[in-house]
Amino acid sequence: MSNTKRKSGLGQLLIPLVALGILLLFNLIRDPGFYSIGIAVNNSGNKVLTGNVISIIDSASELAIIAMGMTLVTAACGGQDISVGAVGTIAGSIFVQTLKACSAINIGTVLLAILACCAVAILFKAFNGVLVAVFRIQPMIATLILYSCGRSIAYWIVGSATPQIDSPIISAMGMTIPGVPVPTPIFGVVLVGLILTVIFKFTNLRLYTESVGVNQGAARLNGINPIAIKLLSFVILGMCVAAAGVIGTCRMGQVSHKTLLIDIEMDAILAVAIGGNNLGGGRFKISGSILGAYIIQMLTTTLLAMRVDPVNIKAYKAVVIIIIVMAGSPVVKAKLAQLWQRIRPETASAAIGKGVN
Amino acid sequence: MQGDAVLTMRGICKQFPGTKALNNVDFTLRRGEIHALMGENGAGKSTLIKVLTGVHEKDGGSIHVDGIEGEAHIHSPQDAQNAGISTVYQEITLCPNLTVAENMYIGRTEGALVHWKDYEKKAAEILNNLGIPARPRQELASCSLAVQQMVAIARAVDMNCKVLILDEPTSSLDEKEVEMLFGLMRDLKKRGVGIIFVTHFLEQVYAVSDRITVLRNGELVGEYLASELPQVELVARMMGKDLNDMTELEQLGKKSAPGDEVVYAAEGLSSSDSKAFSFRIRKGEVNGFTGLLGSGRSESVRAIFGADRVTGGSVQMHGKKVKITKPHDAMKNGIGYLPEDRKRDGIIADLSVRDNIILALQVMRGFFHPMRRSEMEAFADEYIKALNIKTASKDTPVGSLSGGNQQKVILARWLLTHPDYLILDEPTRGIDVGTKLEIQKLVLKLAEENMSVTFISSEIEEMLRTCSRLIVMRDRNIVGELTGNELTQAQVMKTIAGGEQQ
Repeated sequence: MSNTKRKSGLGQLLIPLVALGILLLFNLIRDPGFYSIGIAVNNSGNKVLTGNVISIIDSASELAIIAMGMTLVTAACGGQDISVGAVGTIAGSIFVQTLKACSAINIGTVLLAILACCAVAILFKAFNGVLVAVFRIQPMIATLILYSCGRSIAYWIVGSATPQIDSPIISAMGMTIPGVPVPTPIFGVVLVGLILTVIFKFTNLRLYTESVGVNQGAARLNGINPIAIKLLSFVILGMCVAAAGVIGTCRMGQVSHKTLLIDIEMDAILAVAIGGNNLGGGRFKISGSILGAYIIQMLTTTLLAMRVDPVNIKAYKAVVIIIIVMAGSPVVKAKLAQLWQRIRPETASAAIGKGVN
Repeated sequence: MQGDAVLTMRGICKQFPGTKALNNVDFTLRRGEIHALMGENGAGKSTLIKVLTGVHEKDGGSIHVDGIEGEAHIHSPQDAQNAGISTVYQEITLCPNLTVAENMYIGRTEGALVHWKDYEKKAAEILNNLGIPARPRQELASCSLAVQQMVAIARAVDMNCKVLILDEPTSSLDEKEVEMLFGLMRDLKKRGVGIIFVTHFLEQVYAVSDRITVLRNGELVGEYLASELPQVELVARMMGKDLNDMTELEQLGKKSAPGDEVVYAAEGLSSSDSKAFSFRIRKGEVNGFTGLLGSGRSESVRAIFGADRVTGGSVQMHGKKVKITKPHDAMKNGIGYLPEDRKRDGIIADLSVRDNIILALQVMRGFFHPMRRSEMEAFADEYIKALNIKTASKDTPVGSLSGGNQQKVILARWLLTHPDYLILDEPTRGIDVGTKLEIQKLVLKLAEENMSVTFISSEIEEMLRTCSRLIVMRDRNIVGELTGNELTQAQVMKTIAGGEQQ
């Protein structure tokens, strides 16, 4: 009995953990110096940690945050939101425009700007949510609308320009806080992760979301409102998207509707899938998706370190990702389980022996 | 009956994680016999069939099929078919939007060009031969379920099967259709086909079967000639105990007497799917809604629970007016509802047994008041034990349990909320005799503990045994109410047919 318990706990994370382990090992063999962490002084005179590991964890922040929200939407609705990058850019634009409208950039106005962009991102995501939950439109189709026009809306918000914001607060948010050697976006991931953990701890969000995702008719007959749960998942995704938009904007010190969070929707869906989550909805593991996000970033950084032409990186990434996703597929899993039984016949026969007793 | 064996299975073993599904099971099928495979849910019938049809690989044992030298190696449904083993499943697996002939020959036409005219002619011949009332060019969906079932059998027979497996073929058929199907089975038997018949209906077993093999807990209990095994004995063999339980139940049924307090009362309640009706139930009363399929009995209880859109009427609980427009309202007012379709509306298949048990209570406590883990575990343990739910662990996905155990999990879910009024719509459908009895006993026990229960079942005897009042429906209207001495099968039939207003 304890055996099956352990399996269900780790089973889903096994493939992404193995994938991450192989990537780590590969880099260790390729270049033992890959993992060296140093301390350097950056442009603003702060002491900061440097090295590939720090850079991977730092650059994956936006992806990890969005992947968390994407996991919830996937679980509740059995589909994905492909407008996260576009809405993230809208959120970034609102953030910048609010700051521009205020006379000065200080903690107060930054908080105001964060609230404003959060509200707008939630509003846009709620629009998606209404299409999916109330009108029962396929999530991919419903979110295609904002996917195609979101970046234009962002461009319109910033007044057809690429506005820059320059302030110590902004660079502290996008890079490092003076005196703290760890890049700030990493704290962003931790913060969002903590907020979600608290939500899961003190509400029934997980049980309700999984019930709706597996069988919404039965969930309704047990008093759950599937529409509300689906909307809620989009609202939470909205908050994640706003956070990612703000981090991305602060990192660049500007909003560019062409490059901010570009292609992140596909990576986020991929992170959810690599994390072993069922894209058809139901049970989910947010930790898996976060792991998926770091695997994707690790892959990019590894390829860059190998001096692969950035233009070709996507092709190499695709090959590796195909392997990871196939390793996690039910067919390969069943084959691996069979192989395992053949290699370790004594455990199999022991299990049968137990059954007889 | 002395015909030689077409199929011999010896020492079949099959292990699933956590359970031994089959342990050294033997099964023999002779040419031209109808052989019933009996057992409670989880006894291993389905597993044995799936091993035979190549859906599951066996862990041990041997299978011999007439006409194949040595051991038959069946690793896929295709292998089974090539060995002459055909299966017709409970759910019809044909394509409803194709014609009868297309359904009979799809996937086994030869060459790139298909001359459907020829196939239609062949199909007509077979249908005629077997006396199946369907035309080759008719769309399958336009045939009754029984005829669709028979077309599936015709397809199997035409593939020269020696062994025909019928898995719960009668569960969605009415009496006349069952008779038609039995006619076909007897006809095939005369032609030398060996038929394995899996069903829950005891009377049907005796109507057609020559032999009966009984399984229990994955083990062979024995093989018997149907003529030498009385029905009571069969039930005893399946359950592994004698039938004191049955008599005990009858005594229980007479004991329970409802109180006076009206727990639930509806006046002119109507929903998007049901006509306006009035209904009341007293404390500790077991009542039933009966009527033919589609008479509105399920729709009425759905309206009570707020499962469909409520369009009118007023409802009182314990004499106080309440508003019930959605399931959550009903739950807050102390109503529980076990839906008719367990798979579609009841279980949340991928979630664990534990989550499925605590779900309703958790929802009633509210979104912001999650239970502690230890509390969930305790509730799950308590009800797994109380209802004797057979599961590998609390973490097992409920979808992997047998039908009867899934039903018990949903029962546990509602019992945990301690409702004043529990609605059970077909709680015993597709469930083995043993679990059926357990559920009936439970209903009577709950009534003794002052719970009001509405019990709906397609089997009238079951309702007569448990209910003290029967509401008879026809064409979405209540046409009668039977109590006391009127609770006889004949009277129920008469009321359903004639609609005598009481």
